[in-house]
Amino acid sequence: MAQPSPQQVFAPWEDPNEKPLIEFRGVTKRFGDFTAIDDVSLSIFRREFFALLGPSGCGKTTLMRMLAGFEAPTEGTILLDGQDIAPVPPNKRAVNMMFQSYALFPHLSVWENIAFGLKRDRMEKDRIAQRVDEMLRLTRLEKFARRKPHQISGGQRQRVALARSLAKAPKLLLLDEPLGALDKKLRQDTQFELMDIQEKTGTTFVIVTHDQEEAMTVASRVAVMDEGRIIQVATPDVIYESPASVYVADFIGDVNIIEGRATPVPDDGEGRVNVAWAEGQPPIRGTTRRRFETGQKAWFAIRPEKIAITQDRPEDAANAVRGKVLDIAYLGNISTYHVELPTGHVVKAQTANTRRIARRAFTWEDEVWLSWTATAGVLLED
Amino acid sequence: MRRFALIAMPYAWLLALFLIPFLIVLKIALSDYALSIPPYTPTFDLSQGWQGVRDFFAALDFENFVFLTTDDLYWKAYLSSVWIAAVSTFLALLVGYPIAYGMARAAPEWRPTLLMLVILPFWTSFLIRVYSWIGILSGEGYLNQFLMGLGLIDAPLTILNTNIAVYIGIVYTYLPFMILPIYATLEKMDDSLLEAAEDLGCSRISAFWLVTVPLSKTGIIAGCFLVFIPAIGEFVIPSLLGGSETLMIGKVLWEEFFNNRDWPVASAVATVLLLILVIPIVLFQRNEQKQREAEG
Amino acid sequence: MKRFSWFNATSLTLGFAFLYLPMIILIVYSFNASKLVTVWAGFSTRWYGELLRDEAFLDAAWVTLQVAVASSTIATVLGTMAAHVMVRAGRFWGRTLFSGMIYAPLVMPEVITGLSLLLLFINIGLDRGILTIILAHTTFSMCYVSVVVSSRLVSFDRSLEEAALDLGCSPFEAFRLVTLPIILPAVISGWLLAFTLSLDDLVIASFTAGPSATTLPIKIFSSIRLGVSPEINALSTILIAIVAAGVITASLVSKRAAVRQAAEEREAVRAPA
Repeated sequence: MAQPSPQQVFAPWEDPNEKPLIEFRGVTKRFGDFTAIDDVSLSIFRREFFALLGPSGCGKTTLMRMLAGFEAPTEGTILLDGQDIAPVPPNKRAVNMMFQSYALFPHLSVWENIAFGLKRDRMEKDRIAQRVDEMLRLTRLEKFARRKPHQISGGQRQRVALARSLAKAPKLLLLDEPLGALDKKLRQDTQFELMDIQEKTGTTFVIVTHDQEEAMTVASRVAVMDEGRIIQVATPDVIYESPASVYVADFIGDVNIIEGRATPVPDDGEGRVNVAWAEGQPPIRGTTRRRFETGQKAWFAIRPEKIAITQDRPEDAANAVRGKVLDIAYLGNISTYHVELPTGHVVKAQTANTRRIARRAFTWEDEVWLSWTATAGVLLED
Repeated sequence: MRRFALIAMPYAWLLALFLIPFLIVLKIALSDYALSIPPYTPTFDLSQGWQGVRDFFAALDFENFVFLTTDDLYWKAYLSSVWIAAVSTFLALLVGYPIAYGMARAAPEWRPTLLMLVILPFWTSFLIRVYSWIGILSGEGYLNQFLMGLGLIDAPLTILNTNIAVYIGIVYTYLPFMILPIYATLEKMDDSLLEAAEDLGCSRISAFWLVTVPLSKTGIIAGCFLVFIPAIGEFVIPSLLGGSETLMIGKVLWEEFFNNRDWPVASAVATVLLLILVIPIVLFQRNEQKQREAEG
Repeated sequence: MKRFSWFNATSLTLGFAFLYLPMIILIVYSFNASKLVTVWAGFSTRWYGELLRDEAFLDAAWVTLQVAVASSTIATVLGTMAAHVMVRAGRFWGRTLFSGMIYAPLVMPEVITGLSLLLLFINIGLDRGILTIILAHTTFSMCYVSVVVSSRLVSFDRSLEEAALDLGCSPFEAFRLVTLPIILPAVISGWLLAFTLSLDDLVIASFTAGPSATTLPIKIFSSIRLGVSPEINALSTILIAIVAAGVITASLVSKRAAVRQAAEEREAVRAPA
């Protein structure tokens, strides 16, 4: 994730003068006794690629269907461009949706599928043809215009669905698990294609996904959801490096979580905190921007790649513990070591395999040292 | 050997009791009416050897078919059969589609029950189902009693023994054939297609015409043929519910055979009826095949 | 999203009213005391009594039952064989003709089937009676049986038969011990279909029955040509009741079997390996 230079950073959410394109204000949705969406407030800005991420049943699809107009909120309001969209039926909204199943009309050709929405606007024939051709070019489908949906591949169908929903140039495009039906390799290629198309058309995209890697790759901001609530909304790097909760840390990527009690180092201004986590072990030294009371319960979360694994105890490490290699997972580019500490905790540490034929440094049952700096992990409250 | 027996038994049965009888019909259609037993000529006489066979074929002609074209009773009966079948098919579609649609939209746990309710009449006697309308439609029947009781009409409507009664009878008895194939296509339809249509700017009604109807097309066509084909040759309904003005070819054939005892003409009528039926049957087969191909 | 609206509810209500109201009226008026069928004159089971004393009806019912049992049984055997041939026999001489002869009777107008069979029986000098009706009914109902059974055979996993052969069964044993038990529900519904078709048939029976044998539909037809009669109402009610009881029992039995199977499968999943 290359960081663009500060002047070019696209971050309308940090600009207090920027008006959001979409605003959820205290939105709740109940189906009978079941609360699908629980008091959600959220702003999405123009040209954003916004991801709603969460496990199935977390309410992300309901949130999206409310934007499309297929569900109405039980409480609260949803504003699009400052207008309450509750009274607008789905066919009158400047919002289009790309369905998880693609929902391509099987009796219509690719061309007719893409033209379907334009014809509903009673656009002139020439302009429809022009717009459809433009969409076919954008999605590289020119050769398949006359085929029926069952005569093209899964990846092509996905692009037809995208072209069809983009054809009306909506203010907002909703994508429901757009890559769910594709295999892994194709999914990765398509992610970049999606980003490319989003940038070219300048449309605001809201994507729903349960695949955290996908959300991290494509999105400018990610909202992590659980049980109808939004847990954290932030850019992918913030979500990854500074998760707001144990749930977020655990849901995104691989993480070691160690439970303990915090003791802030008094008056040092750098937010240093020591965490006592096991008897007979030195406390973990970390830093945090949060305020912890002495003796407060805390969770220390650290990513495996932030932990170094060495034979001898490193001299200057802020934190170092000894353990025994339990398991090694060789993944090609990296290797993950599962190390058992004398306390019984199992900690994962990752090393990059930068050399092609290197003798493997450690093997099962080896005694090793794990070490990390004071800023490598985050300290989380409940 | 066992395989041979397995094939031979049903094969021989069908040859003897389906194909050969039909060839006999064809032969008699080409024979002439005679006041004898059996009432046609020539008959096959093998005692005269080869000469007999040649005489037999020499005596066959298309006279009966020519007769069918000269007497306007027959071609009127064919036309009116096709017309009555077509009107009834259209009415059955109008009645059956909303039922099939309602079934496909009902809660999934209700659907097997609804399906059984549609199939159940099919198991009950055809004759009884037709019969039940006589009491309803007759001059002093329940429908007239009901309408006069409401004060909607002063004098009883004449429905029984008209073509209207025949339409009602055909729609009523063949309705399950219309509902079932349409229901099958509607039930398979993905709901997200309708949502996609609305999302792209359709109202509910235009989404119905642009998506639901085209996607149930194969079911509609299959249902229409399943009503149309048997309705053309129908005998029971026109003879019980129809009147003297009701001309249907099945009835004509029956009367030609039983009342006039003109076997050659009856056979010619049957042959032409079959030729007429070939067209919708072939179209129906093509529709079925297309559907199978579309499904994969 | 549920799109079940008042429109759907209305069309279902009206549709099923259309399908069932005529039969309900028939049943109700079969208990009418009056001879005038369309005028209600109080409850009575009188017509059922008269029906049971009517020798002609009882004879016709007996003939019909014999014909239906015999023809549906032969048709089931022949139809199952034919289905097996269609699905499994591969290529053989005249296959197209064979499948044509299976499907043609399904769309053939009854008047033509009846006429052609009658002409055959006259040509070969076979006296018309119960036997000719049985032959005629067997011919068209075996085609229905074959369609029902072959649709089941198509979805049948062929490796089951191959496993039976591999374990030492002869082809016939494999059919009897493996295939038949699995396709049995289809064979039974084929038999039931053939049975009801035979019970129901008027046109073909009219052509092929001689003066010595009258079936129930022929009897009903000749009496209702003269108009509605309370005895026919009573007879219809009995027939409807038999069919309804049969269909409802069959669907309850199969539903119960499905529920039991689902429960057993759940149990099997939960049980420790």
